[in-house]
Amino acid sequence: MESVVVPHILPAALTKRRKAPHVGLLVLPAILLLLVLFAYPVAWLLLRSFSTPTWGWSNFAWLFAHPVYLRVLLNTVLISGTCALCCAAIGYPFAYTMATGSERTRQLLGFAVLVPFWTSILVRSFAWIVLLQRAGLINQILLGLGLAEHPVPLIYNRVGTLVGMVQVLLPFLVLPLYSFLVRINPIYLRAATTLGASPARAFWRIYLPLSMPGLMAGSTLVFIIALGYFITPALLGGAGDTMVAQLIQQEVANFGNWGHAGALAVLLLGGTALVLFVTRRLFSARDAWSVM
Amino acid sequence: MILGNAWRSLTPGAVARRIICGLTICYLVGPLIIVVVLSFSAAQFLTFPPTAFSFHLYRNLLDDPRWGDSFVTSVSIMIPTALAATLAATAAAYGSMRLSPRLAALVSGLILAPIVVPAIITAAAIYGLFERLQLNGTLAGLILAHTVITLPYVFITVSASLKAVDPRLEAAARTLGAPLHTAFRRVVLPLIMPAVLSGLLFAMVVSFDELVVSLFISTPEVRPLTVQMWSDILGDVDPTIAAISTLLLGVALFAMCGQHAVRLILRARNRIDGVA
Amino acid sequence: MLNRYDPAQNERKRLRGAALEIVGLTKRYGSVTAVEGVDLRVAQGEFVTFLGPSGSGKTTTLMMVAGLQQPTSGQMFLDGTPLEPLPAHKRNIGVVFQQYALFPHMTVAQNVRFPLEMRRVPKHEADRRINEVLRLVDLATHHRRLPAQLSGGQQQRVALARAIVFEPSLLLMDEPLGALDRKLREQMQTEIARLHKELDMTVLYVTHDQSEALTLSHRIAVFNYGRINQIGTPAELYERPRTRFVAAFLGDSCFLPGKVTRVSSEVAEIETAHGLLRGRNSGALGPGAAALLAVRPERITLSRHASGKADNNLAGTLQQIVYLGQSRKLIVRLGDGTIVSTLAPITAEDEGGFDPGDHVELAWSSRGCNVLTDDGEAKDAE
Repeated sequence: MESVVVPHILPAALTKRRKAPHVGLLVLPAILLLLVLFAYPVAWLLLRSFSTPTWGWSNFAWLFAHPVYLRVLLNTVLISGTCALCCAAIGYPFAYTMATGSERTRQLLGFAVLVPFWTSILVRSFAWIVLLQRAGLINQILLGLGLAEHPVPLIYNRVGTLVGMVQVLLPFLVLPLYSFLVRINPIYLRAATTLGASPARAFWRIYLPLSMPGLMAGSTLVFIIALGYFITPALLGGAGDTMVAQLIQQEVANFGNWGHAGALAVLLLGGTALVLFVTRRLFSARDAWSVM
Repeated sequence: MILGNAWRSLTPGAVARRIICGLTICYLVGPLIIVVVLSFSAAQFLTFPPTAFSFHLYRNLLDDPRWGDSFVTSVSIMIPTALAATLAATAAAYGSMRLSPRLAALVSGLILAPIVVPAIITAAAIYGLFERLQLNGTLAGLILAHTVITLPYVFITVSASLKAVDPRLEAAARTLGAPLHTAFRRVVLPLIMPAVLSGLLFAMVVSFDELVVSLFISTPEVRPLTVQMWSDILGDVDPTIAAISTLLLGVALFAMCGQHAVRLILRARNRIDGVA
Repeated sequence: MLNRYDPAQNERKRLRGAALEIVGLTKRYGSVTAVEGVDLRVAQGEFVTFLGPSGSGKTTTLMMVAGLQQPTSGQMFLDGTPLEPLPAHKRNIGVVFQQYALFPHMTVAQNVRFPLEMRRVPKHEADRRINEVLRLVDLATHHRRLPAQLSGGQQQRVALARAIVFEPSLLLMDEPLGALDRKLREQMQTEIARLHKELDMTVLYVTHDQSEALTLSHRIAVFNYGRINQIGTPAELYERPRTRFVAAFLGDSCFLPGKVTRVSSEVAEIETAHGLLRGRNSGALGPGAAALLAVRPERITLSRHASGKADNNLAGTLQQIVYLGQSRKLIVRLGDGTIVSTLAPITAEDEGGFDPGDHVELAWSSRGCNVLTDDGEAKDAE
């Protein structure tokens, strides 16, 4: 029953008779769902790293004692970093063209960049298997053009992993960067031109520095997401490209070792949080000059 | 362009950019086109380009019970998931508008957490929980897990739309005598309906494509299409996967068009109603 | 140095060799004409203002001179050199934008240094010039500040410093004071005038604020619908407008339509609904032509009884008195419903004591008003 709309002639005390349940309670179903099925199990998993088989740091000690695992951790950071760099190298000109091009250009490029969001990673990984295998289209082209003598191993190695991951992660750099670039006031470039800067110099001295925060934000996002990636390295990578996520899967599914899995999860989440924290500190200082 | 008409856009920089963008578009979209073409190949292997064409891969799909069963499972998960996620997320989005800013921030932080936390961690965590609740390998378990995963996406979509609705509209309805739930149903809901439907579509696609969590909590008896594909790809790659992939792409394309249509409706309606 | 009160001297300088010459400049966007046939000769050291309502083409013209827009047709010459083949960054013209456009990621000093770096000026020379120009704009202690840490007025001064540090032959200013409040604007106007005098630069200044134009310029070019409507010194434009547009745009004017009866080289007489009126002949007016008498409120004297001594006399009823602080505006309704207003400065003795509804007599001299052709455009002699 809602609070009754009472004519103002009645004393104020009477209007407070029935208080409607606060609308805020509507958040409860979602919150309960997330607490029970997400927050609790994740916390439980992270806790297991310290509590299984006994309380202590034994799981972490074990992790750092085995070079295999350390190598996987290192690989994860390396691969994620390379992904971020590649995405930045490809994504910057792409976002720049989107931001400064015609409406049609923007729509075409925007559509292309959204396709990965809507299409299944499995389908795309499968497509890369078809393309990158020894008898696949890419090798056919390379051999046909005489650029290679034997089929180049493009899959089940670092190349395949990166090719697959960059395709998936590119939108995560292009979209934030684009929305940042679009807010750069064109007047700065016009002013630079009147002060004697050729288009190239205007770009290097003015546009590029102004676009850095957007690029950094996008690259960081790509890096963080790549850290936790599972499907692409599993399908397209080789043994030397194993990433943390695959380790976690092994520990749970093959060995049932929740302690190890928990420790790895702690490292993964911790690393993600660290990167977020560091980049936020580094780049909020720069916002002092965002007079845009 | 930004520098005005002083230059024809054929500077070396612009040419290089066009090449990069063109190649990138091929890189983003090309492989998918290849998969679609491949699905019509008559060959037994994954040779591309195909020399002959046929529908035999699609016939495989229909004949093989593995694909049929897993497809049905996927759909049986997708629909309840999308409905549940949309209901819960819409309620949460609407409710959190009435909370204090700090509380609202906490709520949205929790709801958005599954997007931030790597899927592998969520997967392992839920698997551990379901082991104790004996929910692994059950349809109910899969639905619950998918709901948790898709909820944040719907929340984002609906929240954004709610923020754009003029709060005075609801206030006006209340002063005109409408109780809160009527004001919501007759005034707010119609205005955010495009976003709600869009979120619903998005939830369906995310659930249908979900692999990592499903991988952990499925069993050979109860598994969605994606898990079936996964085990197939890891085994020996059967070109039938091309046909499935094409179907998945079709679903995705359909959803993408649906989303676009929803956005067009939204824009047209906003022009009529003058809502921000 | 040009003397603002000696138009003849300016004319001599202009004819000797214009610093900037614009011939037939036109800009069309498809079917829309933004600028049409603009002709202008600016002398070295002259301060010319483009004045007009928004969309009148003044900014577009300025941008074409700067090289940020390409003209559809026409030519521009700077010290004799044609400008069109030169891209914007080679024209050596300083531009001050309305939104300042200070590079947010550079300090004040770095901003001002930028054009010098583009010209590869050696460091010690650049340092010297930067210090000098910042001292000139009164920001000598602000070298290391970022634009975000400056007030609007300070940012505008940095923008100015940056635009003049490389000693351009021409300075363009596009409504530079538009974003400032009134007090600050008046202060900055004084600054700009002072700088112009010290540096003896040729300046093209765009504004829609007429008092600004009157204060700062040697000459004003009044723009309307993409054309220059009239160009002249502030006094010329104010005292002797040649078109209805200029009479209405600069200051206030009251218009009384009629038909020309007699003309001489100086005076024109027109027959209006209120009788015969006389004013200065503004251009080629012939007897029988439709004409308009334009008179400024401050030229009209209001009294209770007609003195009979003035050239022009009208009778009417006082409708409304508006208090303006410095003066009072008295709004009078004439017999046929035409509204005329007069401006009476408020003095220590309060004369008159008029009330709405009173019968009043208006009078003014024929030398204090102008007769224009009624289609709004008089023949342009220049």
